[in-house]
Parts: sequence; structure tokens; C-alpha cells
Amino acid sequence: MELVLPDCDRITIAILALGGEGGGVLAEWVQHIARANGYVAQGTSVPGVAQRTGSTVYYIELVRTRPSGGNRPDPVLAMMPVPGDVDIVIASELMEAGRAILRGFVTEDRTTLIGSTHRVYAISEKAALGDGTGASERILAAAERRSRRFIGFDMAAAASKSGSVISSIMLGALAGSEALPFPREAFEDAIHHGGKAVETNLKGFGLGFDSAQKGEAAKDAAPAGPPVPTTAAGRALAARIANTLPAPAQATATEGVRKLMDYQDADYAGDYLDRLAAFVPLDEPDGALTEVAARHLALWMAYEDTIRVADLKVRASRSERVTREVRAKDDQLLSVTEYMHPRLQEVCETLPAGLGRFILHRDGLRQRLEPFFTKGRHVRTTGLRWFLMLRLLAGMRGMRRRTLRYIEEQARIAAWLDLALQAARTDRAAAIEILRCQNLIKGYSDTFERGLAHFQMVMDAVPAALRGPNAAARIAALHDAALADEKGEALGCALAATG
Amino acid sequence: MAERSFKKEVEKLRLGAGDVFEGEGILAVTKALLQAGVAYVGGYQGSPISHLMDVFADADPLLRELGVHFESNANEAAAGAMLAASVNYPLRGAVAWKSVVGTNVASDALSNLASGGVTGGALVIVGEDYGEGSSIMQERTHAFAMKSQMWLLDPRPNLPTIVGMVEKGFELSEASNTPVMIEMRVRSCHMTGSFVASDNRRPAMTVGQAAANPRRALDRIVLPPAIFQHEIEKIEQRWPAAQKFVREQRLNEWFGPERDDIGIIVQGGLYNTLNRALELAGLSDTFGATRIPIYCLNVVYPLIPEEVVAFCAGKRAVLVLEEGQPEFIEHELSTLLRRADIQTKLVGKDVMPRAGEYSGQVIGDGLAKFLRDHAPERAPEPRAIVPVPADVAATVPQRPAGFCTGCPERPIFAAMKLVQRELGEMHVSADIGCHLFSILPPFSIGNTTMGYGLGAAAASAFKPEGKRALAVMGDGGFWHNGLTSGIGNAVFNQDETVTVIVDNGYSAATGGQDVLSSRAKNDTRITNHPIEKAVRGMGVKWARTLTRTYDVAKMRDLIREAMTSPEKGPKVIIAQSECMLNKQRREKPLLARAAKEGQRVVRERFGVDPDTCTGDHACIRLSGCPSLSIRDNPDPLRQHPVTHIDNSCVGCGNCGEVAHAAVLCPSFWKASIVTNPGRWEIWRHRLSQRVIGWLQQRHGRHLAARAF
Repeated sequence: MELVLPDCDRITIAILALGGEGGGVLAEWVQHIARANGYVAQGTSVPGVAQRTGSTVYYIELVRTRPSGGNRPDPVLAMMPVPGDVDIVIASELMEAGRAILRGFVTEDRTTLIGSTHRVYAISEKAALGDGTGASERILAAAERRSRRFIGFDMAAAASKSGSVISSIMLGALAGSEALPFPREAFEDAIHHGGKAVETNLKGFGLGFDSAQKGEAAKDAAPAGPPVPTTAAGRALAARIANTLPAPAQATATEGVRKLMDYQDADYAGDYLDRLAAFVPLDEPDGALTEVAARHLALWMAYEDTIRVADLKVRASRSERVTREVRAKDDQLLSVTEYMHPRLQEVCETLPAGLGRFILHRDGLRQRLEPFFTKGRHVRTTGLRWFLMLRLLAGMRGMRRRTLRYIEEQARIAAWLDLALQAARTDRAAAIEILRCQNLIKGYSDTFERGLAHFQMVMDAVPAALRGPNAAARIAALHDAALADEKGEALGCALAATG
Repeated sequence: MAERSFKKEVEKLRLGAGDVFEGEGILAVTKALLQAGVAYVGGYQGSPISHLMDVFADADPLLRELGVHFESNANEAAAGAMLAASVNYPLRGAVAWKSVVGTNVASDALSNLASGGVTGGALVIVGEDYGEGSSIMQERTHAFAMKSQMWLLDPRPNLPTIVGMVEKGFELSEASNTPVMIEMRVRSCHMTGSFVASDNRRPAMTVGQAAANPRRALDRIVLPPAIFQHEIEKIEQRWPAAQKFVREQRLNEWFGPERDDIGIIVQGGLYNTLNRALELAGLSDTFGATRIPIYCLNVVYPLIPEEVVAFCAGKRAVLVLEEGQPEFIEHELSTLLRRADIQTKLVGKDVMPRAGEYSGQVIGDGLAKFLRDHAPERAPEPRAIVPVPADVAATVPQRPAGFCTGCPERPIFAAMKLVQRELGEMHVSADIGCHLFSILPPFSIGNTTMGYGLGAAAASAFKPEGKRALAVMGDGGFWHNGLTSGIGNAVFNQDETVTVIVDNGYSAATGGQDVLSSRAKNDTRITNHPIEKAVRGMGVKWARTLTRTYDVAKMRDLIREAMTSPEKGPKVIIAQSECMLNKQRREKPLLARAAKEGQRVVRERFGVDPDTCTGDHACIRLSGCPSLSIRDNPDPLRQHPVTHIDNSCVGCGNCGEVAHAAVLCPSFWKASIVTNPGRWEIWRHRLSQRVIGWLQQRHGRHLAARAF
């Protein structure tokens, strides 16, 4: 066993964890192991805010106990890690490993970095209107580069697999790293000594130990290939894609066709390919324009209406997913309640266009009907009453093309495609940015209206942008500004700046 | 303490002579009090000294055996005032709180205590920190010690030293008739270590015996003319007596070579960090064998002129390591050296940062600068530091503290956010407590926080011409002083302010201690005093209690009503739901046992359908719950992550209620998982599942038919 030590027999260990992950328990285990094996151990922490989502550092120092009568005083141990003076860093999450690197605790000359590669997202990442997540690969690369040795694997997955908690996985990985001069049994003794959930902790420990020993690198699962058609209609559409679309756009278009067949039917997916075909002659061989159009057109055409929501909620695959997700056992009963809030607006949108408009445009009628749709509904879909109701609603798919919402959405799609096609003739990059703006439209009710309004503001600014230089960059900036905040403040500023 | 047991810790308090105590610093202090024969202990909980209060609160039988009186005081002022018991009687008393806040609250009592002086040893244990672990403003208790003439101990982080200083602190207090403060930094409180225990001592006189035999001395009462006498006593008797005691008992320590032309004077609490910095510079080792003389101030106030002069004489330069500002110690050292006409150069804040924590790195850098200037041959080689790439720095996100999973305070602020959508932004006066996390994303609500229980008072200047101000207060702050300084003040001055009192049943931010309005039954305290009764008693006419904060729509309507009601005078909303952390502590084991015993148990949790979620995350912006997170979108076409609820969800219901109140989206669902269901329930469930299963099969065939 190789031991990483500076010129003294002191070992310093920093544990970076989030509240509730058992960083304190891990620190106690490590100290117990050290004390039982001839070391003086001192641990400190600043746990105050950790339990409430914050990150915290537990710091441990170990010094070999002197033979008695040595007439040496007690060791004087530090209470916080000094950058460049840490032998082992254990991080419970990828960004915490990143934080350890940032704080200088991880150095190439001596630090063994043991870190989980899973993500627990911070509030700034979660609250973004789009994708606010940090780039994991940057941290993984820095972890490899800046540590003496990096042992990284998904410890949350290991915890879940072993039915244990992440602290036991981390202890296992620490033992498996052989960065401490103690045998495996010493670690297991500490778990026995702790006396809590011994069996599952040992299981988790074993998994962590093996993963660390294997030197398992963080691997992404290979992406699944494009779907294979299972029906005649599917095969016909797949053939159309293969024959008419540039190769780089085919995979996305296949996903698009699959989505729209599921959403409506093969005819509707055919309409999709018709619309897409208009982009092909304007595209370069790299197919980038068609690919972006394929993605965003499919998403828009599969807009979320009440019929779609009902259709997704009543599926067997959905029941199975919920059962799996809540880990309901066979002898337990599971009931599921949906939180739905259909307003008069959405109800009318699901009606045939004429009828829907009739109601929405008559204030008196509206006012009389609206009180029935102001309350959120608790919809128990594991009960027959609500299940049948939703199943009936899902069955209205056949008349979707006559609904008010359908008519409105198709008109919006047409206007947007026209604008993109018009731009594509002179500025392909700008057309791509116009197409990307589809992802400003999201959600339901107020969220949907807000997104649509912001989308419209951007589209209104597009013709002016196209006349100036750097149209693509300017549209992209408006797109990003629209995703910066809910109130549209950043978008307002960006629009004012573009003039 | 309602929901946590400290039995294991209490056992450590029973250790006898020769036993080895192993544990954290703050528990060592707790044990040291009993070994010193303390007669009464009090204080107010707060990090990092909560543990002392919690353990004593659970140690009732032991304290009875020893004849020690323990009290969870209403606030630090009450705790400080309790030390009055040591004025007339030879009773050793100790109180603990988080400083500098607690010291400020207690200042009235402490000033009076310090003026008249004490007969029995009086010790104030202050948890104070200038760095990472501190959650309060950066001020120094040192200033308070100086202006009131109380002695301040700052023992070096070593359990035997800390324990010894508690004992010596009482003796110093008695020898100089002066109350003594002992400062514990956060890391010292949580530092593990060991010391050889001695037996607990019964106090020579108990508080009961003192009360039965009252004694009185007019010259100890703080009123003219006695106060003029006190002032002179402080200077002429108590100060010299204290210096003599510190000197004779050698409370300060010296390390390293006796002769050298440079040296370091350090606050005791920083000694370990200094030694590490020296070690990394090649000037000491793990066992503290420093090659530069160190004068370690375990007593930082008063300073001992003879010791200072002896240490500095013959040295070219001395480095002073004093954390925080102003640099009181450095100032006084300068005066002492000038008076003694010693030419040693004093180096302090000129090479050290004036503000901020003295971490190992900071002390190391300052030390290197000092050595380069005054002993260049011993200066360490500058360490090459590889800068962290900017992309890593930009990627690692901040993790601000936030509400726990299922916290009942979350829906209150979600409701406030919804009210703001209707009425526009409000001025919100925040308070100390967990609810202060509202100032951070995703809520971003709250303008100021002026101190514990001062939320309502801090809004009292606003006399509305239209929109009212809103104040937040917790039940902890309410009983700490909010009832008088917030509610009483508002009633008397006819304020229009709306005060939301977050009544979660505990002083939650400090660790879940009981307060007067706690719903728990407590064997040694009286609880169950409703807050609404108290505010009505104060004269509030408009008071409403909402017993389930998770009802976001109701909460929103109530706040709107309070903000717009034509009624005059202060409006008080009491928002009740139990602190989820403590509720889980209590209920989880009970439910697990019930399930094991075959009883019907329902577990609830929430979820989000990834195929209907469109990745806007509006729900997260109204929640911030740790269990409400995101994950990669399973739809290969969508590029924004979907919302996801993990299995740590406790089913509080906030997500669903927010989705309803804010008309968000139909993706949220609640799962109720019934363990040990009844027979009738099973039958009904099976029947509906059979029908649903059949319909789903048919639907599945349709789906397959129109599939790709």
C-alpha cells in the first residue's frame, strides 16, 4: 500500500458535502478508524448552514501516536485546510469537487481527490427559464488534471443501487483508494461501531470500495440510435426522410415524426415533413438549418393542449413510471392525484373553433362561465371517475384539427416558418436563430402566455435585425435575454438596445 | 428540546476523575462548568453554543443530583440579568450565547453587572467567529469587554487548555470581582479532542440556599453615588487584581526559543492556525516546536504589561496576529511599549489584512512578509500557486442556504410573491430566523433585518399613504422580544404594518428548541401559549391564525386582505405549520414502527411528469425546495432540463398548491402510498385497477397502431 505523505507523518483530509449527506457521519467514521489504529485524530467543521442546502467543509487531521514516554507534547493540529496542504479530498458531488479545486485544496503533488460525479443542482441552475446547468465536463477535466489521483464515479447511483446513503459509498471509496494506511477491516469496524443501519452501510461501503479499486472512470452511456419504425406508416415516413432530407438532419426528423405520430397521426407527421422540405433547398450540405427546423418544428407542432395532457396521463407506461419512481412495493396501494387547473380559456380552445370563439368573445357568457373554472382541481387518476374523464378527453384527438387551439397554433407556426424561410434566403445563421426562438414558448396558462408574448416581441424585432449587420448574433442575444428573467426586464433592455 | 435527544452527551457529563472525555469543544466546556462547581447556568441558544444549552436541557436528573439550576432564558438580556445572583452570593454562575448579537442584547444587564462587580465567579461563554462559520455581522466582543471592564479569555484550541480556562475563569472572576467572558470560535466548538476529566463538584452554596438567606450590600447597587465608587474600584482594585492573577497563574503561554530577535504575539484562538503556517514555512512542526518565540494570549483582555515588556525587550520586531478590527490589542501593545520606552518594532495590521478571517493562508502570507522584512534569512521560498482556470471558477455555482425540504415557511413566501404580482412590490422588513432565507433566490423578498424579534419594529417608520409595509417575525423572535418591541410598539403607535408571524413550533434556526408557543409537551418547561392570545392581549384587533401554511391560496388571500383591509391599527397573521425538520425527526421513526406493526400508514410524495413538463421551471422559482430539482430532458428533441422531484420529498403539498394558486402546469402529481391497507380498500383498488388496466391496454393498442 502506497502512502501519500509529505515530509511529516500527518495526514490531512477535507470532506466537502451538502447538508443532509452525512458528511459529519463520514468524518466521525474516519476519526474512529484513525484512533483505533494508532493515530491521533482531530476533526472540525462549520456545520451551521449546511443542513439548509448549503455546502460545508469537514476537516480532519491525523497524526501517528508516539510511543509513550516519548516526552513529546500533544500535536498542534490545524482547524481548517490550507491550500496546498491537503492529502485527501472527498467531495459528495461534482461541483463540490470543483469547489475544492477552486479553494486550492486539490494539488497535483499530493492530493487524492475522491469525488462523486453526479450533480445536485444549485438554485441558480434550477431556477433558470431554460438550461442554467454548469458544464460538468470542465470540472471532470480539472479534477483529472489538477489532482495527484482522481477517483470519480456516480456515488448517488451507487447509494441508490445499494439502498444505502452516499456517506457509506464515500467511506468505501476512501478505503478502496488506499490513500489511508488502514486495512479494509478497519473501515468496516467503524461501521459496526457506529451501530446504525450496519447492513446497508456495509453494502454501500463494499460498492464504493470496488468502484474505487476498479478506478472506474466517469462514463456516459452510449446514446441510443434513432428509433426503428414498427408500422407501415412509420416505414413510409422513414423512407421519405431518408430520400428527401440531408443526412445530418435525419435523426432529428425521425424523432420529430415519431413524436407527431404519437401526438396526432401519420398524416400530421406528413404535414411536418412537407413543411420541412421547404428548408432543404436553402440549406448547405451540413444540414444545420434543416436539423434545427426539424427539432423546433416538431416541438411546436406537438404543442401542449388539454387533449395531449390527458393522453399522456392515462397511459399504462405512465402508471408504471410513477410506481417505479415512488418505489411503491407490490403489497402497497398507490393512488395518484393530479394538480390540474384548466381555465375557461383552455376549455374553449379544446372546443371546435367556432364554438370556442363564440364563448370567448362574448363577455357576458364568459363572465357567467368563468367562476366554474377558477379553482384548481385535484384529479385522482387512479380512481375510475377522473380516469374515464381524462380518457374521454384523450379520445378527442380525432377532432383536434378542428379545435380553436389548433387553428391558432397552425397560423403562428406558418408565420414563424415564413419569417425563417425568408431569412434563410440571405442569412442562414439568422434563420437558425429565428427557428431556435421556438423554445421561448413553453408551459401552460400564464407561463405559456408570457412565453408567447416574449416570442412575439423577438419576432417583431427580427425584420429590423435582418436589415442590419450581425443579424444572427442580435437575434440570439434577444433569445437569451428573453430567457434571462420572467418579467422580461432583460428582454426590454435588449430590445431597447437593438432599437 | 422537543425532537432530539442528547442522552449520549449527558452520559459524558457524568465522567469522573481519571476518565478520558472524548468529544467536541463545546461539550468539553459544558463538562468543565460542572467540574468547576457551577451553581446555575443559563443562556440563549444560537450557533455555535446551542449544543451547551441543548445538553443541559436534557440533563435535568444530573443537574438535580448536583444541585445546579439550569434555565433556558427568554433572551440574552434575561440570561445576563440572571448573573445578578453572583453579585451578593458566592455562587458560580455561567451563561452562554452567540456573540456579538447576544452580547448586544444583554448589554444593559452586563454593564450593570460589571459596574457593581461580583462575589461569586460569573462566566459568559460567547460563541463568536470572525470567519466562514459566522452568520452574523463582523464585530468584536473585545470592544464590549474593554468598555464594560469584563475580562476576555480566548483559549488556544486544545481541550485541556479550554477546560482549564473555564475553571481558571471562575477563579479570575472571583479574584478580581469581575465578570469574565470566554470566547469560543465556531471551529473550536466543533473541534474533537480529549481531556482527562475530574469529578463534578456540587456548588458550595446552591441558589436555593442563597435565596433562603438573603444578603444585601448597598454599595453593590448601580446608582449614584455607588457608581462613582465602582468606576474607581474597576481601575484601582479589580484591574490590578486580575493582572496579578493572570500573571501568577501563568494563564498566557510561551512557546519556542527563549532568545531571539523576532517574535510573535497571537490571540490564543489563532495559535493552531499560526503553528500550521510556521510548519509550512519550515519553522515549526506538528508538535508545536516552533523556532520563533510565540507569546500566546489565552487572556486577550486585560493585557499583562510585565509579560509584554519582557517578551518584546531585546527583539527587533514582533508580529501581532489579531483577527478583526479595530486592532485593540495592537493599539494597547503600542501604548505599553511606548510607556516602557522599548524600541521593538510592532508589526500587525500593516502586513496583515485589516478585515476578514485569519485563515492558514492569510497568516502564512503575513508571516512571510514579516520575515522578509525582519528576518529575511528565515523567510520561506514563495510557494508557486497554480491559478485555477477561469472556466472552473465560472462553472462552480454558489450554494446559498435555503429552506429545508418541505419547510412550512416556503409557501408563506410563495404566497407573498403571488400577492406582489397583484399589488406590486412591497417593503418587507425581515427578521432573524430561518425565514430570513427569503431574501435569497428564488424568493428575493425582504429589505432589511435589524435583529432578533425586531422585524415589526424595523417597519414602524412607514406610515402608509397607500401600500402598507409588511414585517416578518418568527415565533422564536416573537418571544425573544418581538411581543413588546414589535407588537406592543405597533399597537401603541397605531402602526398600519402587517406582521406575519411564522409559528413553526420551535426556535428552529437555532436547533429546534421549544418556545412558549410550542405545541410539544415538555417535562421541564411550560408550553402551549398561543401567539394570537398574546398579541390580542397586547391590544391587536386584527389577528388571524392560519393553521396550515401549505394552503398557498388561503395564505395569499389572507395577506392580500391584511394589506388592503380598511381596518385601522396593526394587522397580525400567525402562520402555523410545524417545522418539517423536527416533524420528520418525530414522525419518521413512529411511522416506521407503525408500518412494522401492521398498522395502516400513508406516505405521500410528489412527482413531475417529464413528458408534460416543458422546462420553464416557474415552479422552482416559487419554491426552491431541495427535493424539487431538474434533470436531463428524456425527450431527445427538447434541450432544456425538466423539473424532477426526488425521493427525499416529504409530501408537504407545497408544489401542488403552488401549481394551483399560480395556475402553473398539470405536470405535478401526488402519490399516496398506503402500507398495510384495509381489506375493503384493497378490494376497491383492485376493481378500479382492473377497469383502468383494461382501458389502458386498449389505449396501448391504439398507440401502437399509430406509432412510428
